[in-house]
Amino acid sequence: MRVALFITCVNDTLFPGTGKAVVSLLRRLGCEVDFPAAQTCCGQMHVNTGYRADGVRLARHFTEVFSGYDAVVAPSGSCAAMVREQYPKLVRPGSRGAAAVAEVAPKVYELSEFLVDVLKVEDVGAYFPHRVTYHPTCHSLRGLRLGDRPARLLSRVRGLELVPLPAADECCGFGGTFAVKNPAVSAAMGADKVRNVLGTGVEVLCAADNSCLMHLGGTLDRQKAGVRVMHLAEILATTEATG
Amino acid sequence: MSGTFLGMPGNFPKNAEKAVQNSQLRFNLRKATHTIRGKRASVVAELPDWKELRAAAKAVKDETLRHLDRYLVQLEEAVTRAGGHVHWARDAAEANRIVTGLVQATGESEVVKVKSMATQEIGLNEALAEHGITAYETDLAELIVQLGDDFPSHILVPAIHRNRAEIREIFLEKMPETPDGLSDEPAALAEAARLHLRERFLRSKVAISGANFMIAETGTLVVLESEGNGRMCLTLPETLISVVGIEKLLPSWRDLEIFLQLLPRSSTGERMNPYTSMWTGATEGQEFHLVLLDNGRTDVLADEVGRQALRCIRCSACLNVCPVYERTGGHAYGSVYPGPIGAILTPQLRGMGSELDASLPYASSLCGACFDVCPVAIDIPEVLVDLRAKAPHGAAERAGMRVAGWVLGDEARLAKAQRLASRVRGLVPRRLPGPLSAWTDTRDLPEIPEESFRDWWERHERP
Repeated sequence: MRVALFITCVNDTLFPGTGKAVVSLLRRLGCEVDFPAAQTCCGQMHVNTGYRADGVRLARHFTEVFSGYDAVVAPSGSCAAMVREQYPKLVRPGSRGAAAVAEVAPKVYELSEFLVDVLKVEDVGAYFPHRVTYHPTCHSLRGLRLGDRPARLLSRVRGLELVPLPAADECCGFGGTFAVKNPAVSAAMGADKVRNVLGTGVEVLCAADNSCLMHLGGTLDRQKAGVRVMHLAEILATTEATG
Repeated sequence: MSGTFLGMPGNFPKNAEKAVQNSQLRFNLRKATHTIRGKRASVVAELPDWKELRAAAKAVKDETLRHLDRYLVQLEEAVTRAGGHVHWARDAAEANRIVTGLVQATGESEVVKVKSMATQEIGLNEALAEHGITAYETDLAELIVQLGDDFPSHILVPAIHRNRAEIREIFLEKMPETPDGLSDEPAALAEAARLHLRERFLRSKVAISGANFMIAETGTLVVLESEGNGRMCLTLPETLISVVGIEKLLPSWRDLEIFLQLLPRSSTGERMNPYTSMWTGATEGQEFHLVLLDNGRTDVLADEVGRQALRCIRCSACLNVCPVYERTGGHAYGSVYPGPIGAILTPQLRGMGSELDASLPYASSLCGACFDVCPVAIDIPEVLVDLRAKAPHGAAERAGMRVAGWVLGDEARLAKAQRLASRVRGLVPRRLPGPLSAWTDTRDLPEIPEESFRDWWERHERP
């Protein structure tokens, strides 16, 4: 299967390790991975902050770049939800680029969705002997409705102890530019989420979105809490040989 | 009561910053919202056809709004036929003028009130006070707010920001007949309020209400409540004046079946509310006036995306699940409609001319919890994003977003920016200056990597 990696601008710029993990994981599972180098950003920040025209431009660029693949895989629930849920509303049927959106948007998958629904695999052969809790980010949970797919993948990782996170479905307070436009509320939400994470006694906080993890990890680091954050892809890519 | 929300200064982030520092408020809100949230979830889970009910409610409301012109005329005819009088109010000033005139015509100088969002929205109590008419709120929580010279902070439970001890203080200070030994037990507080209100119910000749629903076919108005104060106001006084937003219509009596299941479960988390009062026109010896309120609603109706906000039945389920509301409370929103629904309704009804109203569409992390619980399926995040596109943006932000858009518009520019960031990675301070300090005040920055993913791919993987 010819799969395009949609790295997302945040991962590309700040978390290249997540991209490398996706590449190694998908290859291990027999996929041919391509990285269309012309990709930039899905446009979510612009659209959700009120700069729709810029967002539409980025959306058209995105669909041109990713046209023609069997599947487009993103290590981000939020960016995958942007393309699949928001693009069809953003680029109205009949307007320029609408046909490309109709072709590409349904083929965009968040990583755990792609693994469980398309590759039909839950045991990816990973090994990660640590206590882990999982935060199901909002756009994965209520946008893409990922449900327990990430938990099913994590529970098959050898050595991994998955500890339930209390009030897991509550937002962490990142919210894109919300984090800087409403910093007091964002920090209060982050502090509550971090308190729940620390209560679990885990070593690692895992999620399918590095943007939320950047906010939570930044809060944990500021508190010198000693809990690491890791993207789902990085845990799933780790094997006895690599880890 | 101290004035209305109209023209309130500030903006949401500033108001919220103050609110999150109030630990008593955060404790009260957390406890109250989580309790109602849990009750709602369990009674909603009991209904196997909740999804279908929700879809039906959405369809009925949309159909009604599409033909609002026709249904409103049908309602007017039905109410008039049943002996009521119908008045049309374009805005708050006109509605207040009509109601004041109607009260003055009775010769009375005091009225009792059933809890009503529409009359809060137009600042009716203050308008009546200017003409020497005193309005007494009879809903327990509204009474607490009124006596405390306070603002409501929740649609359903307007005194949610107050705890028992604070309520006891307010009663002791403002209700002279209350004995000094009053405890802060809920039953004792309710009894004190009951004694205080009973005399007003018996004395008042005029009552003012809103309505949860109006039935176009029969001209019937419907009020759902918990305390029985509404029933007293709706039946005892000689004159009843109801101020109702034009979007509260339902075409037919049978449509109520859907909404009487959705509303109590979504709002108080009860299978059924204790009191449902319905009346059609006027009974002999009594007068009934219906004031139909527009006050910006037809403008909302004209907006393709925003009009779904008019489906709202004011249940406040979205407030109770909102992580932002839970931490700020309702006052930060500067409107009688706080929380997620307020963040889309207020800027549409009032426009985004003030700093406060322009900041409301941003008072959300777009987490989507509100949309999930909304019994009439209002896609609140969708409307928020749409309003953000129409909101005025600051010059610095506009410039920043333009640069970001330019960089992200082309992969070569993006790669250059990433390489620049990698080169200066050692120089990034722990605390950023200016508006970016909003991030670093409470959070560390992620480390900038030596190399972006695309450069790594270019070096290692490119076939």
